[in-house]
Amino acid sequence: MKILLAKPGLDGHDVGVKVLAHALKDAGFEVVYSGLRKTIEEIVEMAIMNNVDIIGLSILSGTHLVLAQRMKEVLNERKLNIPWFVGGNIPAKDVDKLLKTGAHQAFATGSKIEEVVNYFNSLKVKA
Amino acid sequence: MSTTKIKKTAEDFGVKKVFLESGLEVDPLYTAKDIENSDKYEMPGEYPFTRGIHPTMYRNKPFTIRQYAGFASPEETNERFHFLIKNGQSGLNVAFDLPTQCGLDSDDPRAFGEVGRVGMSIDTLHDFEIAFKNIDLDKITVSLTINGTAIILIAMYIAMAEKAGYDISKLRGTAQNDILKEFIGRGTWIFPVDRSVKLVVDTIEYCAHHVPKYSPVSVCGYHIRESGANPIQEMAYAFCIAKAYTDGALSRGISIDDFASRLSFNFDIYGNLFEQIAKFRGGRRLWAKIIREEYGAKKDSSCWLRMIAGGGGGGLTKEQPENNIVRSAYYALISALSGTQTMALCSYDEAYTIPTEHSAEISLRTMQIMIHEMGICDTVDPLGGSYYVEALTDRFEEEIKKEMKTVEKWNGIVNAVATGKIQESVSKQAYEREMGIQSGNIPKVGVNIFKTDEETKDVEFHPYNQHAADTQVEKLRKIKSSRNNEKVKTCLEQIKIDAKADKNLMPSIISAVKEYCTVGEIVNTLKEVYGEFKEPIFFDNA
Repeated sequence: MKILLAKPGLDGHDVGVKVLAHALKDAGFEVVYSGLRKTIEEIVEMAIMNNVDIIGLSILSGTHLVLAQRMKEVLNERKLNIPWFVGGNIPAKDVDKLLKTGAHQAFATGSKIEEVVNYFNSLKVKA
Repeated sequence: MSTTKIKKTAEDFGVKKVFLESGLEVDPLYTAKDIENSDKYEMPGEYPFTRGIHPTMYRNKPFTIRQYAGFASPEETNERFHFLIKNGQSGLNVAFDLPTQCGLDSDDPRAFGEVGRVGMSIDTLHDFEIAFKNIDLDKITVSLTINGTAIILIAMYIAMAEKAGYDISKLRGTAQNDILKEFIGRGTWIFPVDRSVKLVVDTIEYCAHHVPKYSPVSVCGYHIRESGANPIQEMAYAFCIAKAYTDGALSRGISIDDFASRLSFNFDIYGNLFEQIAKFRGGRRLWAKIIREEYGAKKDSSCWLRMIAGGGGGGLTKEQPENNIVRSAYYALISALSGTQTMALCSYDEAYTIPTEHSAEISLRTMQIMIHEMGICDTVDPLGGSYYVEALTDRFEEEIKKEMKTVEKWNGIVNAVATGKIQESVSKQAYEREMGIQSGNIPKVGVNIFKTDEETKDVEFHPYNQHAADTQVEKLRKIKSSRNNEKVKTCLEQIKIDAKADKNLMPSIISAVKEYCTVGEIVNTLKEVYGEFKEPIFFDNA
């Protein structure tokens, strides 16, 4: 399973996403990291180019709802059905909103690495 | 002295081994023997300044308390300045929003949702003129927390002062302007690494000649540590960065004694108390030696490691947040025992919410209690002479030096950053540390030990002010239609010519901002010549 971890928007906090990249790699997943400050369009393009199975968006600046909405639009415009999830500084009350926007999963602040890795393992079983 | 071996190590005593975060093992006992080779007669205020940069440090004047604050618009910032001056304060840190930090104008599509979110939004000199309206720049010192676009914002500050009739040779102020650490942590880089350093050196050169009282650079170990570096690496990388800027300044013909005393540092505090204190004492001694022995500085003040050192957000927890008040008090104590010049603490609730006035007040009171009730300012370097602290100080000096050699092996800091070498090693360490906390190997009270059933606290953000963002975009539209666009074109062309000729860009950028060229226009002009930094990605699956 191949995962794209991406940093949309202008937020430069990348400690968490890199920690997760290391953890997923150690758990046997293939990980592609986008680098900082990508637009949603660039991220989707990168997902296609790398033929990934799922896209993760790391957002700590509070712009997660705006960016999730954009993600939904871009995937719709391009008629793509790549599952995506959100992590970072996400208030618990926004998790439902993100799921409604189309996120497959949203990890609120305080989520443990183990939880995230388990989530991917459960997807792997399904796949 | 007796010839029988004294018990000293963990093995000798049959107790468990202890390692610091930096990887150094510490013994259960230190004695006079451990500091036999140390200088027992070194005085504070004397080279190499292990014990502090002044003879009595805080007795006459305690360290400066400087708390951070961000305000969305130039208008609000102006109000805040007036409030501070009325209340007898003389300094303010100015924070900028992400578009300003990344070189995007408010009307750029990539800025959508970010205008004014984390600080003041600046498009043109007009915004600076609003922010500083009716402010006496002789009476207030302004600290600009800006890096990627620092050359433009420093130019705006100078241009504003010049237009208002100030003598810029007396203008004071500081800018963070440490681009090398942005590549390691924080991430507001724009141009390739060597071009980015060139721009920092341009500001240093220009200020040395025209604005000599301005401090153009504050080197930040802080963000490097928050990205996963250990305390030894924090100091070593910061010193390598400071040396890169120093070398650049010297290559422009500036003398070390004209530059070094304008340089300051920003460091992080969390974790083991003695490790941090040794880091600062050993680091201060090493920096003094570098400046005198390697660079040949004559003035003592050139050798001073001047620093702001406060509580690091990295040590605070969302769990049992009131514990952060206690942690911050220890961090403040560490900072004072290490001889800091300036202190700032995080609010205890910052990990999950917008700090309230109450939590900000607790941070302030924490420092004030220490100053006024604990006797912390009475006697200089109170830990000087402690067998443990002195031995660890010596060890840190040595280890920081060793780590700096490692950077040299990577062909220097600019190359180590450009290739992602440092980013890779600190991110790996951040991962190991996080796994250590999550597995319980690194104890963290309230997180993996002494946990209580508590209601999970939700994170909270400032509500985004779309109206303020729209106003900013509208203001920009008006400026663009009312300025002299012919002159704007000529100014941007001049920047391009100077960039291609590798000239100092401060003069052409100052001219450009005076004609209300925008931050985005100047950045885009420079991108045409310099290109952009290509972030090295190191999670390959090969």
